[in-house]
Amino acid sequence: MKIKLAKEDIESSKIQLIERVSGEEMRRCYQCGKCSAGCPVSFAMELPPSQVMRFLQLGRVDEVMKANSMWTCVGCLQCYARCPQGVSVAAVLEALRQIVLRKGTDHERIKDVPFPFMKSAPQQAIVCGFRKFVS
Amino acid sequence: MTMKIPYYPGCTLNTVAKGFDATAREAALKIGFEMEELKLWNCCGATFPLTPDNLIALSAPAKVLSNARKEGDTVTTLCSVCYNVLKRTNKVIKDDKEKRGVINGFIDSEYDGSLSVLHYLEVLRDKIGFARLKEAVKRPLKGIKAATYYGCMLLRPFEDIGIDDAEKPTIFENMLSALGATPVDFPNKIECCGAHLAMNNTDVVEKLSGNVMTSAVDNGAELIVTSCPLCQYNLEKSQKRLIEERPGYTGVPVVYFTQVLGLAIGADINTLGFEKNEYSIMPLLHRKGIVAGED
Repeated sequence: MKIKLAKEDIESSKIQLIERVSGEEMRRCYQCGKCSAGCPVSFAMELPPSQVMRFLQLGRVDEVMKANSMWTCVGCLQCYARCPQGVSVAAVLEALRQIVLRKGTDHERIKDVPFPFMKSAPQQAIVCGFRKFVS
Repeated sequence: MTMKIPYYPGCTLNTVAKGFDATAREAALKIGFEMEELKLWNCCGATFPLTPDNLIALSAPAKVLSNARKEGDTVTTLCSVCYNVLKRTNKVIKDDKEKRGVINGFIDSEYDGSLSVLHYLEVLRDKIGFARLKEAVKRPLKGIKAATYYGCMLLRPFEDIGIDDAEKPTIFENMLSALGATPVDFPNKIECCGAHLAMNNTDVVEKLSGNVMTSAVDNGAELIVTSCPLCQYNLEKSQKRLIEERPGYTGVPVVYFTQVLGLAIGADINTLGFEKNEYSIMPLLHRKGIVAGED
């Protein structure tokens, strides 16, 4: 696959928004892959954490927005704990979620959450889930 | 006079994890301190926002802290998530003057971050001391191989939490040793259980929690001890699939550390909430001769 690098893609307003909301600078990542190695859910992500960072470095926001990675991240911060550059991919993925949710688009509909779960789960799971998935 | 410690229970300990709360209070009294519940508290929000611009999400935990400061200079929690959220929020308010102003504006407060946020385990380690705890043991957990599951929120991020080493923590093991149990080290003790994905991605949760359970059991664990109600829930639920898929796997009890603490310091066995656990600890206690009876 041919990749065309263009300054206007790499520094697009979308990238700037992601950097502002996450507080992370994409170019700090040097692609060592320790985040993807340590991430307990990378096996279930269409783009593992290091690839999310790489796509964003190349300005390819659309591919990242389409991937399930942001909704699969549990925010356990193992990526951040292991990153030699001190980058929090978890913060980048949360920024992507926030960008979707702040437009009022829900990822999860409350009425679709299974009733047995609502009845028996610890409250913290419900509160946290709503914060992560509902606008 | 008994030392009184201001205590924040949080939403889950007030509802589905009542046993966690009750056993902690009872154990404290037996050890020689009192958990005094805050007069005014609300849910902490159950998640620390990872994006630094999301200050509105800090208003709930800031309100908890601001109210707690009116009652003293420390607040103690039991739930790992409450601990994480309150401690990190407190640090933001303390270190960042600009954000402090914005957050205080949301909640009509002048809180300055001067509270010290503690976990119950820290109270045991730093205020009581594990040596003194050992002296309080009436029913040593001799012969029980217990795996301590830390999960994420009790430890990370290290520079904000700092309760222990982020990669090789020992606070839990040291507590269990004081109680007479044999701590079991295992690779997945600081790996995530799947957390809130229990809401919409049970496949991932079963895999993650399943890995924690098999990693612990393969290293000899007969009991899993934790400090987070969501970890406890996920680890228990994930075992149904393990029982179906792994020949010979029959399920392992997953309990709160305060339940075994109470057990060791001689609390009435019927007050420890063991009947609420999906996989009973009783056969293990009978087998090891810690509690009289048969399976």
